[in-house]
Amino acid sequence: MKPARFSYHLPATVDEAVALLAKLAPDDGRIIAGGQSLVPTMAFRMAQPPHLIDINGIAELNRIDVEGDIVRIGAGVRHAAFEAAGAVPGVTGVWLGQVVRHIAHYPIRTRGTFCGSVANADPASEWCCVVAALDGRVVAESASGTRRIAAADYFEGVMATSRRDDELVTAVELPLLPDGTRCGFAEFSRRPGDFAIAMAMTAYRLVDDLIVEARIAIGGAEPFPRRIAEAEAALNGQPPTAAVFAEVAAIAAAAVDPMEDSNNTADYRRSLVRAMTLRALEAAA
Amino acid sequence: MSDIKSMDAAEKVEIALDINGRVHRVRVEPRKTLVDVIRDDCGQTGTHIGCEHGVCGACTVLLDGEPVRSCLMFAVQVQGRKIRTVEGLQRGDDLHPMQQAFMDHHALQCGFCTPGFLMLAVGVLEKRPDISDEEMLEVLSSNLCRCTGYQNIIKAVRAAANAMRTAG
Ligand SMILES: Cc1cc2nc3c(=O)[nH]c(=O)nc-3n(C[C@H](O)[C@H](O)[C@H](O)COP(=O)(O)OP(=O)(O)OC[C@H]3O[C@@H](n4cnc5c(N)ncnc54)[C@H](O)[C@@H]3O)c2cc1C
Ligand code: FES
Ligand code: FES
Repeated sequence: MKPARFSYHLPATVDEAVALLAKLAPDDGRIIAGGQSLVPTMAFRMAQPPHLIDINGIAELNRIDVEGDIVRIGAGVRHAAFEAAGAVPGVTGVWLGQVVRHIAHYPIRTRGTFCGSVANADPASEWCCVVAALDGRVVAESASGTRRIAAADYFEGVMATSRRDDELVTAVELPLLPDGTRCGFAEFSRRPGDFAIAMAMTAYRLVDDLIVEARIAIGGAEPFPRRIAEAEAALNGQPPTAAVFAEVAAIAAAAVDPMEDSNNTADYRRSLVRAMTLRALEAAA
Repeated sequence: MSDIKSMDAAEKVEIALDINGRVHRVRVEPRKTLVDVIRDDCGQTGTHIGCEHGVCGACTVLLDGEPVRSCLMFAVQVQGRKIRTVEGLQRGDDLHPMQQAFMDHHALQCGFCTPGFLMLAVGVLEKRPDISDEEMLEVLSSNLCRCTGYQNIIKAVRAAANAMRTAG
């Protein structure tokens, strides 16, 4: 189908965009970033925003900045940017470079943005799972000021977040993991490029051959991605052995409350969480 | 605020689209997708429309050299940028090596998906002539073909990649 009519606005600065949002958000005016989630929903007429505010003309948003051990990803940065080696420094950059290959397909990654995925908050978004795994922060700007929202306070449900409609996500901030951190990622989808049915992200360091600073986040299974504290606690202090990984994967599977849909029962998703956690831990080792 | 460009929903606005080096001046509503404008308003019907929601890849064109889904962009968004479509591949009477390879390897049957596959493969190989076979397979998995079973498309793209590398 064809999208319904909308007025189109092309601001050149964040200030202009935020002023437009203040005026048009009450009338369901929306931001368009990469358009790779919004335009399909408009084509289905599931979304019929009367105004689109296009942020692709705002040059100041097209940046990845590193300050100390924080990387700040601007709202104009496309998925494909993370495929280039060195886009983000250190182990975090290498890891993001592996994760990005699972997001949709190349011609979609040339347009879709990191922050657009985080604003959209699909349960199976890889970037949302990254933000949860790393305790990232969402930078939300409106006419009344700027908020930094921690991941744990940001995700609220299926495509529901604590961002207000009049707030523009100008950037997402992620902590850079220390050198030597081992990172793993695994997801299951029926065809390459499809949204995953479940995914797991893991990171840890070894001190004296024992695991410290364990992070385990699960996406796709529940309405929004989150760290699984029980599984992390079981991993910390242990050696990276097959037996430990198997036990931790079982704990993660028991801790989640999976969604059901016409293709996937909760039990099936739970088994996938176990398998993906195990694979992510093995990939990190 | 005075610098913000705004276009009213119901009104047609004049835009200039650079397709294969030729500028088309057309009047369109903001809601019209790039692929619809390329086909209906600019008359370049080589680019096809399949699903209209980003899944099939039939509408793939190059935007400043990058493959994109032209059903997931609005034409008003691409002013001042360079668009390449399948009509721009041929040089005079000579087919592009990718087009030739598709013929030689029977990489098309009905041909519906072909313009999308051609633009996808050409766009990626121009940027990354030495892309690995595995990565190329991953790239090609983004487009759908209901006829060929993909194997001949993969053979054609491999052959064209070699031809494009030798031609420099
Ligand atoms: C065939 C297909 C397969 C896909 N597969 C995957 C996949 O496997 N994994 C995955 O994660 N994604 C997938 N996607 C979605 C893709 O990653 C999108 O790019 C992403 O979800 C949204 O980013 P965008 O920049 O395109 O946002 P848009 O589509 O422009 O916007 C999405 C929503 O977020 C809002 N928004 C966007 N940016 C901002 C901002 N800066 N501030 C406030 N609000 C904002 C918009 O108003 C809109 O409501 C797929 C898409 C397609 C078409
Ligand atoms: S028509 Fe654009 S991807 Fe199918
Ligand atoms: S040749 Fe018919 S769809 Fe590909």
